[in-house]
Amino acid sequence: MQSPQSEHEDFIHSEAFLHRLMRRQFRLSAACAAAFVVVLLGMPLMNYFAPELMAVRVGGFTVSWLVLGVLFFPFVWVISGIFIRKSLRMEREEAELALEENRRRGV
Amino acid sequence: MMLMTVGAIELKLDWWVVVLSGVTVAVTIWMGFWAARKARTASDFFVAGRSVSVGWNASAISGEYLSAASFMGIAGMVMSSGYDALWYPVCYACGYLFLLLFIAGPLRRFGAYTIPDFAEGRFDSPLFRKIAVTFVLFIGFFYTMPQMNGAGKALAYIIPGLPYWVGVAVVGAVITVNVAVGGMKGITLVQAFQYWLKMFAISVPVFVLVAVFGGYGSQLKANVTAGEKAAGVTVVEAASGAGVKREALPPSDAAKKVSVPADETWIAPFGPRSSKPAKTAQGAGVKIEDTRPYALLWTYSLIIALVCGTAGLPHILVRFYTNPDGVAAKRTTMWVMILIGVFYLFPPVFGVLGRNLMPELYNGASGVKGTDGSVLKLPLLLGGVWGSVLSGVTCAGAFAAFMSTFSGLLVSITGALAHDIYGRILRPQSTPEQRMQMFKVFAFVCGGAAILLGLVVENFEINMLVGWAFAIAATSYFPLLFLSTWWRGITMKGAATGMLAGGMLSLVSIVSTMFADNWGADGLKAWYAVHPLVRTLAEQPAIWGLPLALVLMVTVSRATRATVPADVRRKMLVLHAPEALGLKEEYIKEHEGLGH
Repeated sequence: MQSPQSEHEDFIHSEAFLHRLMRRQFRLSAACAAAFVVVLLGMPLMNYFAPELMAVRVGGFTVSWLVLGVLFFPFVWVISGIFIRKSLRMEREEAELALEENRRRGV
Repeated sequence: MMLMTVGAIELKLDWWVVVLSGVTVAVTIWMGFWAARKARTASDFFVAGRSVSVGWNASAISGEYLSAASFMGIAGMVMSSGYDALWYPVCYACGYLFLLLFIAGPLRRFGAYTIPDFAEGRFDSPLFRKIAVTFVLFIGFFYTMPQMNGAGKALAYIIPGLPYWVGVAVVGAVITVNVAVGGMKGITLVQAFQYWLKMFAISVPVFVLVAVFGGYGSQLKANVTAGEKAAGVTVVEAASGAGVKREALPPSDAAKKVSVPADETWIAPFGPRSSKPAKTAQGAGVKIEDTRPYALLWTYSLIIALVCGTAGLPHILVRFYTNPDGVAAKRTTMWVMILIGVFYLFPPVFGVLGRNLMPELYNGASGVKGTDGSVLKLPLLLGGVWGSVLSGVTCAGAFAAFMSTFSGLLVSITGALAHDIYGRILRPQSTPEQRMQMFKVFAFVCGGAAILLGLVVENFEINMLVGWAFAIAATSYFPLLFLSTWWRGITMKGAATGMLAGGMLSLVSIVSTMFADNWGADGLKAWYAVHPLVRTLAEQPAIWGLPLALVLMVTVSRATRATVPADVRRKMLVLHAPEALGLKEEYIKEHEGLGH
């Protein structure tokens, strides 16, 4: 396996770039996943420890039914919309940065 | 179960229903042939030429994902077990978020044809391709059986007197021909069309029913909670709204057998479904309060199985290879979540309406003769021609559901056989044209096998089989994909050990509860009776199966770290680097001539 350029010169194929790129991607994904998981796993806990609160009626629905059966979907759309915007911007930045760095090194 | 279905409500032959279902089948055949004219190359057959636009692909993925279990099963589950069943639509839709966050982009960038391709490419191991292909076939056939089962039962319901096998044979044959003539490219268009048909078929009847009988919220209001019952609130609304129209229904002698669930457990969390394992274990005498901790555990395990299982279903993952690039793969996932999420708002409405307006469906019968029939039967409450037309529309939607999911499964199974087993393992020197020919041959073989399997499972419950497929996917493919895209220390041995142990142990534990309940393992049943915790964990294994698979993958990989692929950094770069850098083309070029 030989890369087109020697690894010391080429930034795109360097450990530094890969490490930085994966770290930024994973942080973004993990942050979005955390927002989702807290709400998703919080729902059963709320149902378990605050059943009276979750049984309060809102427009005929109980709170727990309204959140799970209706509001949860738009919530997930918002998270995924934010993720896609940020992730596309971040990857564009990283690509530009990597190409810029390579130009600077004269590769 | 079987005895009770004899007395269940039979629908008289309704021509609207027959005609609209027939049109759906005819349009599917016609579109399949129409689209097939454009499918010429091997790439068209396996990944639709990698050129499917975001809109088409999102519709097609959604069309494929919304199976009979989604179209009829969710309404039926909400009707029979209330709040507990709401987790299914939510997690079916939210699983795509995990797919989007962690898997969709990298998987597409790697540029493989199938998941086994990815498995071999990532670990440079032909052996691992064999293991991965076994799982694709296993999960695929598991998921196929309920589709066949639903088709057989639905057709027997639409045309009373028709035997079960006719529906299985009709749906099986139509889709087999579609897949054989057009491959992935042929079915993409058909599935996209079927999504919009299903969306129309589930939403329009809901709007009409809600306009006539009262809104979602006001219907739900009729179901008193435990707190309201204590405060002396009684039900009036639901009964008065439905009383007049109910006479439009065919007379039913099954009404005597109905056992309607109590309102306060139906509308509240931790009701009959989630507490069932603990209850079956401990017997009827157990108090509902005592089952609540087990029900909480069950709920968590279900959430993990459904969310991670969605992100690990091979026939869904394979569709991401049809996107032109990783950016399109992400956009497609976003649209899939919107299309599926909007769809999933509607089936629970049918469940709630069914709970209040059609209590005769609580007759203990399985499938469409029981609560699963609520989607097909509720429109009949409207009476007259419009009731029949709308019932015909929902039946047509149900047919679209069996057919689109089965076509996706068949492409994934056939692709695994023609591309991975024939093209890579048996005859690596075969030309793309030969592989395409084999794709057609295998489509007929697999279609035939699926029909035979469908005939065997006549008396199985649809949702149970789908649940198995999800639990296995969540404990095998999801941890594999997650770790191999994000952790470069994983080795082939680690991945294989975790995947096999997680998937197999989950399956064994689910099957053990089946033996205890239905197949005469009385010793086991008695043991489970004193161990309700173990029983709950055995029935919903994802909560321990997924961590087990992850831990095994990490420990075995650490022990065998000498076998980490030499160019792992390069592989990671291809998985993660933005497309703008053009690394994928470079990688493929380097691997040309090496059998890739």
